Amino acid sequence: MDFEYLIIFLPLLGSIISGFFGNILGSRNSEIITSLFVSISAIFSFLIFYKVLNENYTNNLIIFSWINSGTLNVNWSINIDALSAVMLIVVTLVSSLVHVYSIGYMSNDSHKQRFMAYLSLFTFSMLMLVTSDNFLQLFFGWEGVGLCSYFLIGFWFKKETANAAAIKAFVVNRVGDFGFALGIFLIFYLFGTVNYAEVFELIPSLSEKDLSFLGINVNAINLICILLFIGAMGKSAQIFLHTWLPDAMEGPTPVSALIHAATMVTAGVFLVVRCSPIYEYSPLALNIITLVGMSTAFFAATIALVQNDIKKIIAYSTCSQLGYMFFAAGVGAYNVAMFHLFTHAFFKALLFLGSGSVIHSFKDEQNINSMGGVWRKLPYTWLLMIIGTLALTGFPFLSGFYSKDAIIEFAYLRGNSIGYFAAAIGIITAFLTAIYSWRLIFKTFHGSYNNKNLSISSMHESPMVMIIPLIILAIGSIFSGFLFKDLFIGAESVASFWKNSIIFLEPLSNDHPPIWFIYLTPILVIISIPTAYYLFIKNKNITNDIVNGNLPLYNFLKNKWYFDELYDYLFVNPSKKIGLFFWKKIDLRFIDRFGPDGISNLIKKVSIFAVKFQNGFIYHYAFVMLLGFSALLTFLIIK
Amino acid sequence: MIDFPILSSLILLPILGALFIFFSKSKSNSDTTSKYLALFVSFGNFILSLYLWYLFDPTTSDFQFLEERTWIKGFINYKVGIDGISILFVILTTFIAPLCVVSVNNNIKNSLKHFLIAILVMESLMIGVFCSLDLVVFYLFFEGGLIPMFLIIGIWGGERRVYSAFKFFLYTLLGSVLMLVAIISIYWMTGTTDVMYLYSIGIEAKYQNLLWLAFFSSFAVKTPMWPVHTWLPDAHVEAPTAGSVLLAAILLKMAGYGFIRFSVGLFPIASEYFVPLIYFLSLLAIIYTSFVALMQEDMKKLIAYSSVAHMGFVTLGIFTFTQQGIEGSIFQMISHGLVSAALFFSVGVIYERMHTRLINSYGGLVSIMPKYAIVLMVFTLGAVGLPGTSGFIGEFLILMGAFKKSFLVATIASFGVILAAAYMLWLYKRVIFGKIINQEIKILTDLNKSEVLILSILAFVIILFGFYPEPLLNTTKVSVKDFIEMYYNNINFTKN
Repeated sequence: MDFEYLIIFLPLLGSIISGFFGNILGSRNSEIITSLFVSISAIFSFLIFYKVLNENYTNNLIIFSWINSGTLNVNWSINIDALSAVMLIVVTLVSSLVHVYSIGYMSNDSHKQRFMAYLSLFTFSMLMLVTSDNFLQLFFGWEGVGLCSYFLIGFWFKKETANAAAIKAFVVNRVGDFGFALGIFLIFYLFGTVNYAEVFELIPSLSEKDLSFLGINVNAINLICILLFIGAMGKSAQIFLHTWLPDAMEGPTPVSALIHAATMVTAGVFLVVRCSPIYEYSPLALNIITLVGMSTAFFAATIALVQNDIKKIIAYSTCSQLGYMFFAAGVGAYNVAMFHLFTHAFFKALLFLGSGSVIHSFKDEQNINSMGGVWRKLPYTWLLMIIGTLALTGFPFLSGFYSKDAIIEFAYLRGNSIGYFAAAIGIITAFLTAIYSWRLIFKTFHGSYNNKNLSISSMHESPMVMIIPLIILAIGSIFSGFLFKDLFIGAESVASFWKNSIIFLEPLSNDHPPIWFIYLTPILVIISIPTAYYLFIKNKNITNDIVNGNLPLYNFLKNKWYFDELYDYLFVNPSKKIGLFFWKKIDLRFIDRFGPDGISNLIKKVSIFAVKFQNGFIYHYAFVMLLGFSALLTFLIIK
Repeated sequence: MIDFPILSSLILLPILGALFIFFSKSKSNSDTTSKYLALFVSFGNFILSLYLWYLFDPTTSDFQFLEERTWIKGFINYKVGIDGISILFVILTTFIAPLCVVSVNNNIKNSLKHFLIAILVMESLMIGVFCSLDLVVFYLFFEGGLIPMFLIIGIWGGERRVYSAFKFFLYTLLGSVLMLVAIISIYWMTGTTDVMYLYSIGIEAKYQNLLWLAFFSSFAVKTPMWPVHTWLPDAHVEAPTAGSVLLAAILLKMAGYGFIRFSVGLFPIASEYFVPLIYFLSLLAIIYTSFVALMQEDMKKLIAYSSVAHMGFVTLGIFTFTQQGIEGSIFQMISHGLVSAALFFSVGVIYERMHTRLINSYGGLVSIMPKYAIVLMVFTLGAVGLPGTSGFIGEFLILMGAFKKSFLVATIASFGVILAAAYMLWLYKRVIFGKIINQEIKILTDLNKSEVLILSILAFVIILFGFYPEPLLNTTKVSVKDFIEMYYNNINFTKN
């Protein structure tokens, strides 16, 4: 039996066992079974990765046929190549750590079995997504992870806000999926198939084809790329479709780490990288991706600067880092995007789980203004979060340093104006990232203790079951960049490791940017540490002065650029009004009034008239007969 | 193939069962006896239909299991037969009927016995609709179905049952009268009402438009399409659970089936001509009713409006005249039959406990009725069309087919998918999640055995066909392919 089946189906099995038999097994057994199954899946993923690394192993297993209709033939499949092998590692590793961590984090919850079942089901869907060999199974996984995300955001179903956030996540994602689905329809329309291999093979022959879409003449490949990217924007929370991600923080923190940082939200990036054979033929779409990516990176970082909810800061940070990945893909450096996806999974999961440990200690307090001064009380968490922060900000020789700087360098090396612009935004955003990240650390762990509900003596470190996964992630955050940089972005591996899954029409530049450029980002990142310390611990008056001096700007950022308000005004409220209007005014007032009710009234009137008419007078009847007879005669004559 | 008249048996068995129940002596405990009798008959019929499916040869598009008997000499022949397009509807009918019987319990106020009889008679007539290959026979079954439904709503319905029953009856009857006229004129023109024979000779192009419109007026009401859809929410709201289920799961499908078999099959040129009209009305159904569904306060009305939207996809798919479109439409009808039946059963479950359908009276059910919350989630996702449920396959195939015909139409229709997610999830959230506000909810009991049976069977089938739609698609494949071929042959023939 192939390993692949075990990797994919063990999490599903765990989910079914915990979901349906959890009450019989008890919570502890369910936790152990699900964690164990996902861990086994992770071990096998490493084996597969090793095989891919050494032997350039690829495999395409057909499980069974899914949809067969006319020329549409779609299979359930497991497709292994370098790209899916990397994703397998990321998904199963983070997932198994989060499973274990959840045993500690959810210890006081009464629905542990359900929680573990959702986590495992999510893992299964995500694995189906990354190992698909066609767009339809990808779409299945895509919707599946969205569904699990919906379940997990709304896990605490008594909270009104959690329910609202869950629905918002699902519906906003559906807006993206709308574009994605249209993209798939267009692919099927043009190629008569939705299998990657067949589509990618046919792409070059269509690079000149134009078609008319909603009255606009566009290049077919541009259109496919843009539609697919709309889907990616929804799932990866890019600007305009990002509003669900911060709200999604209503879910338990392990969920945020797994779904809303390390795996699901990177599915959009994965999609673009997977479709590199299509995107390479669409410079227009690549430019759009770069623009959207850098806008998101910048705008999310500005919002993160002023938020006070520890999880929302990290959520916006995720949004921003996803922007980096997109603009890497947009400048054609797909492997660099994957590299950042890989390292980001470690340090962002670490940061989320670390913040979960903090929230756990503070008894569900999430406001960083009510924290502070506890670094001696939570030494492991403090240290681990420092490591995560250093990695995220790109401190030299930690993982983020290699991947983020590579993105900025490749943008620069692109050599066109969008590339330079992206590089500049990348550097500014890197500085902002460092500021808000250190603000989080200083406000949470340093300064004075600001919590009024709990005494500082009640603070205690989280149990080992939560700390050990953090340590593993911290090791990854430190070393994954250094160890894997050659594999992901080395010039040789582009020709060997990636050759089966990523296509570069023009080889990536091997030049080096000027020395000052290379040193610029790390220097800014290092400077930001004392700067942040000074601003947020030493001399808080300065920050207050800045805020008071720029209140409109502050409010603008604090209210997240007013996106939610704008969308409520533009979409949500009008939808409700339209619904009411159609129902009350058109259906009831118009159709029913003049339709059935009108007719039955009319019939009533006519029959009352007819009753009067049947009065027994012969001459009335004779008159009607005469009328009828002449009408019939007229009709026959004319005919 | 075999001499045993399997289709006539399928049609007659429920009626015989109904007669048997009718004449069986009433004792004090006779209600349970009649229920078991009805269950026995309808379940037997389901097994028989599975046997039919087993015998069915999916590699040919010819009509199978043909039976022909002279009824009125030289005028009407009783002729029945099935092909890949109709067989699934027969099985859907025999599958839903026993579930309806199981669901019936003492909440039916007046005579339970007669209610069961109505259900069985209804089943017979519905199977007849899908099997008949003669226009007059079809018409009789089609209209006959009105009567038991009218009675089910009018006798066993809610407070405004008389208004709803009449609205239902008026609407559908008015539409059908024109169809009867059209059938008579077809007989005058061609001398036959035999569908197979009519397929082979075709109908003169110049009459097609009028005849098409006459059939359309009947099918549009039954589908229902905008703007003749307003009877459906009222009928559903007043109908008892089993009535709603039959109405949504099977009765509406007669129209979709009729569109394929008669509108497209008999009048291809007119069908081509009226494509813009159908697309327009389908899109209206999808978008307009989705918005209306969003604002409903009554659960049954919300699901009724969502039915209109889902049937909008069906009519859209049929008139794409593509393999994906028509196969998708058939699949969507089967899937909607399962999902809407399941949703109406689910509403029935809590209505029987709380005697209200208002969404506001609920909230927080998940902690009181966890099993119910799980199955309702499956059905909600089926209605949303999530991949992995049967709802996805139909919708996706239809949109793929539509995309081939018109980008604009497919794009607008896809927009309906977003709205479906919004109104269904919002409904689910308001009923299942949140804090318990209504104190009466705290004393509710979770699903009982027969409810678990019904709902878990439906949930299983919905998921099964989501992952493995092959049995259904394989059954329809060849028939749909040849049907489309016949359609295009007719179109090209007249063009040359």
